[in-house]
Amino acid sequence: MNRHQAITRIGKAARKISRLRGGSGSALPGLIIEKLDPNYLVTALDSLPHGVVVITGTNGKTTTTKMVVHMLRDQGLKVFTNQTGSNFVRGVIASSLTQMDSDGIVDADIAILELDEAYATHFVKKIPPKYCLLLNVMRDQLDRFGEIDHTAKLLEKVAVATTDGVVLNRDDQLVRALSEKISKQTHVRYFGLSEKLRKKFPSDQEMYGTHQPHTVSLPQIRSSDVILDSIKGSSAIFAFGTKPQPSTKLKLTGLYNMQNAAGALSLVRMIMDKDLSTETLLQSLSEVKPAFGRGEAIEIDGQPLEIILVKNPAGFRLALSSYGSKPATTMIAINDNYADGRDMSWLWDVDFSMLDKVAVVSGIRAYDMTLRLQYDDIEIGLVSTNLASALRSLLQDDGPKRIYCTYTAMMQLRTILEKSYDIGAIDA
Amino acid sequence: MKKSQNLKKLHLTHLYPEQMNVYGDWGNVLTLKKRALWHGYEVEVHAHHPGKKFPEKTDLIIGGGGQDSGQTVIQDDLLLIGPCIKKLADQKVPMLVICGLYQLFGHFFETASGERIKGIGLFDIETYASDKRLIGNVVTETPFGEMVGYENHSGLTILSDDQRTLGRITKGAGNNGTDKTEGAIYKYVYGSYLHGSLLPKNPTFADALIEAAAMQRYDKFDAQIIDDAFADKARAIAIKRPR
Repeated sequence: MNRHQAITRIGKAARKISRLRGGSGSALPGLIIEKLDPNYLVTALDSLPHGVVVITGTNGKTTTTKMVVHMLRDQGLKVFTNQTGSNFVRGVIASSLTQMDSDGIVDADIAILELDEAYATHFVKKIPPKYCLLLNVMRDQLDRFGEIDHTAKLLEKVAVATTDGVVLNRDDQLVRALSEKISKQTHVRYFGLSEKLRKKFPSDQEMYGTHQPHTVSLPQIRSSDVILDSIKGSSAIFAFGTKPQPSTKLKLTGLYNMQNAAGALSLVRMIMDKDLSTETLLQSLSEVKPAFGRGEAIEIDGQPLEIILVKNPAGFRLALSSYGSKPATTMIAINDNYADGRDMSWLWDVDFSMLDKVAVVSGIRAYDMTLRLQYDDIEIGLVSTNLASALRSLLQDDGPKRIYCTYTAMMQLRTILEKSYDIGAIDA
Repeated sequence: MKKSQNLKKLHLTHLYPEQMNVYGDWGNVLTLKKRALWHGYEVEVHAHHPGKKFPEKTDLIIGGGGQDSGQTVIQDDLLLIGPCIKKLADQKVPMLVICGLYQLFGHFFETASGERIKGIGLFDIETYASDKRLIGNVVTETPFGEMVGYENHSGLTILSDDQRTLGRITKGAGNNGTDKTEGAIYKYVYGSYLHGSLLPKNPTFADALIEAAAMQRYDKFDAQIIDDAFADKARAIAIKRPR
C-alpha cells in the first residue's frame, strides 16, 4: 500500500467516525488529509480522462455547477463533483472520498468543481484545469476578498492556468476583458444575453464605477457561443451562435439563473465537442432544479414558501427585480457570520423601494436591515433577531411567502424547517 | 411631513458618485437627504463628475471610497477643484469624506512602488500603502459620542502633531493601527475610514452635518425629534459583534 492509499483509508475512516458522531462528514476528514498530504487532491484527480473543470465567479456557482453536472451525466459521462456549499479545499477532498476506489483515485471521467474565487487561484496552481467557466465579478464580501478589481485578478489567474478552453461572460466587462490575458493555445468561448435582455440586468460595474483602463468591446458572436435570446415566463430560447434553438421550459427561475444556463450550455458544448448529443442537451437542462435557496418554492401547510439567497448588492437587486413584484408575505434575514461577510454596508447599495411592506425582519443584523428599510419608508412588521421565532411568525400568515436571506441564515432556516415542519430532508 | 409646504433648501454635492462609492457610501447621502427632510429641509443632490464644472450652490459635501482604478480617474479633477473645496471649508461648509477621498483630502497617498498621488492638503495627513488590509468592525470615541462603523483599507494614514483626529479607537485599527486615532477634522470637514454606511448608524453625527449646513446657509437650525430606536438597536448589536 502506498502513502496515497494509506491516507485515503485514514480519511475514509475519519469520515465514518465523523458521521457516526452526527457531523456532515465534510470538514474533519478533509482537514486530516490536507495535513497529511497537501498534494492529495492532485494525485486523486490527476488521471481523469476528461480532466478537471473549474466553475467560479461571484454569483450562481452552485446552481450552474448543478446544471453542468446534470447535462454531462445525461451525455453519458461519469462526473465527480464537490458537495454544495463546501467549495473550499477540505470540502473538495471530503467529496472525493465518497467517490473513490480503494487506490484513492476518483472513479470518474471528469471532475466539475465549484470553487470560491479566492480558493480557485490556489487550486489551479496545483491542478491546472482543462476547462473553466467564469461567471461574473460582482461585489461580494469585499471584506474577504478586498476589492472588485482584486476579484477580477483572481479570476484572471484561473483563466490563465486553464489549458484547453475558457468560457467567459460576454456581458461582464471585467470577465470579458480576461480574453486578452489568455494564451493563444487556449480556446475562448462566450455566453451572454441578447441585446434586448441586456437592458434588464443591472450591471455591478456601472453601479460601482469599476473603470477599466481600457474597455474591451463586445466580441463578435460565433457559432460556438451560447446566447440567452429571450424569456417568456419560465421558458427560454437559447441561441447557439445566432441560431435560436427550440424554446426550453425551465425549472430554474430568475433571469440570472437563465443567463448562467447559457454559460453551462456553452461549457458542455465545449467539453463534449464532436460527441455532443444536441437533442438531449436542452432536455436535460429543462430538468435541473435550482439549488436550495435559489428560488424553488417548498410547500408548508399547503402554501408555497420561496427561500432566496442574497449575498451581495447585485444579487439582492436581481432577486428583488426577479421575484419582488409577485405578491407574497416577505421576510428578510441578514446574518453577519464569516461566510456572510461581516460588513453590512452592502445593504445600502440595494434599493428596496419596490417592497411595500416587509412582514418580518430577522437574523443577527435584523436591526441593520430594519434601519435600511426605515430610510426607504418601507412598512415593517415584526423585528426579531431570533430566526426560529421569526420564521414561526411568518408561517402563521396565510398565502404565499418569500424569505430573502444571507448564506448562514439560509442554512439555519433549512435546519429549522427540516426539524420542525413535516417536509422531510430538503435536497441541496 | 408636510411636503407641499415650502421647505428650506439645502444643496448637497456628492463627489464622484460613479467612481467613489464602493462601500455603501450612497447610504450616507440617503441618510442626510431623509433626515434633513424629517427636520424640515429639502436636500437637492448635485453630483460632481470628473471634468465637469463644480456645482455652484454647495451647502454640504459628501465623498466616498473607491477602487484603485476609480481613484486614478478622479485624482486630476480633485486637484483642479481643490482650491474651491478649501474656500468652502473655510466658509464652514460641512463635508464628510470616507476612505479613498479622505486620503486624498490629505497631502498625498504613496503607493507600494513609492509613487506619490497628490491630494488637496486640507488635512495635515500623509497616507502610505501597506501590504496589510485593516478590515473589521470599529468603535471610536468622537465629539459626536461613540461612533460605530466598518473599516476596510490598506492605506496607513499618519496625522501631523497639530492635526485633530475625529475619534479615538476603542475597537479596530483606525488611521494606521498603531496610534489609536481614527479620521481627521478641519473646521466642519470630517475625514474617516468608517463606512457601514457611517451615517445611518450614527444619527447624532448625521444631524450635526445637517445642522452645520443649515447654519452656514440660514444662520439657524430647528431640529425635529426623530425616532432613532432602530439605529440605537443596530448600534448596540454592531458594538458587540466580532471584529
